Amino acid sequence: MDLGPHAAFIVTAYAVAVVIVTALIIWVMVDHRRQQRILAELEAKGLTRRSDRAGEATT
Amino acid sequence: MALIDLANPSRFLALAGRILPWLTAATLLAFAFGLSQAVIAPDDYQQGATAKIMFIHVPAAWLGMFIWALMSVAALGTLVWRHPLADVAAKTAAPIGAAFTLQCLITGSLWGRPMWGTYWVWDGRLTSVLVLFLMYLGVIALWRTIEEPSRAARAAAVLTLVGAINLPIIKFSVDWWSTLHQPASVLRLGGPTIHPSILLPLIAMAIAFLLLFVTLHLAAMRNEIMRRRVRTLLMMQADAAAGR
Repeated sequence: MDLGPHAAFIVTAYAVAVVIVTALIIWVMVDHRRQQRILAELEAKGLTRRSDRAGEATT
Repeated sequence: MALIDLANPSRFLALAGRILPWLTAATLLAFAFGLSQAVIAPDDYQQGATAKIMFIHVPAAWLGMFIWALMSVAALGTLVWRHPLADVAAKTAAPIGAAFTLQCLITGSLWGRPMWGTYWVWDGRLTSVLVLFLMYLGVIALWRTIEEPSRAARAAAVLTLVGAINLPIIKFSVDWWSTLHQPASVLRLGGPTIHPSILLPLIAMAIAFLLLFVTLHLAAMRNEIMRRRVRTLLMMQADAAAGR
């Protein structure tokens, strides 16, 4: 594919888009793992919300 | 499941867990199709291959504005209807909107240099989009400044609604003021002025970016609900330690 005399601008623009989208995906995935880990640690200590305890009592 | 059931964070989490894998697959397929169309799209008769920057610049610009509009509806949800997920939606949309607006600014600048001879001009369109980006940063900063989520939500909602004034300014800036930026060529009353061979890849990429936003937003909302659960549990732990 011939991108012409301004190929560097086109490639850089697409590279910037890839970096920004990748950063967003990593941010969401890392945050999810972090919250899951902290929740698991707190629940392992026996901490649960009242609504969770009520749910367990009825099921 | 009725729509009102989604107001329950636990039900929302369950639904998000079921939907996210399908949304991820749909996003990947949409990008595969959109990028393949972008590659085979013919060069513009004036701009040559540089017009391919449009396929990542325009969807990012549309999303930057769409996400602020979505945050404005969520702001009404917080202030008027007090919907329990409204501020979660607004808070988690802001960083994604900021990222897409930054993508719009950088790719636009890289498109402008070979076409206009400059990376930047302080005209109505470019400046109003820069203001949008700065407002995103302002809202994010506000959320981080106020620790109590409900207080932060109200303050951010007011700022978001005030900032919504900028959306019509961005849209009509190319009509109101003299600018290097081209006038509207897709979303206009007389219909698109772009040839279908370039319009189709643009629409395909716009759908792909929209699906990406929905996927990321749903995942980020799930994370925020979990973060608030963590906060509640930590406060319970602190109360227990203090003997309250």
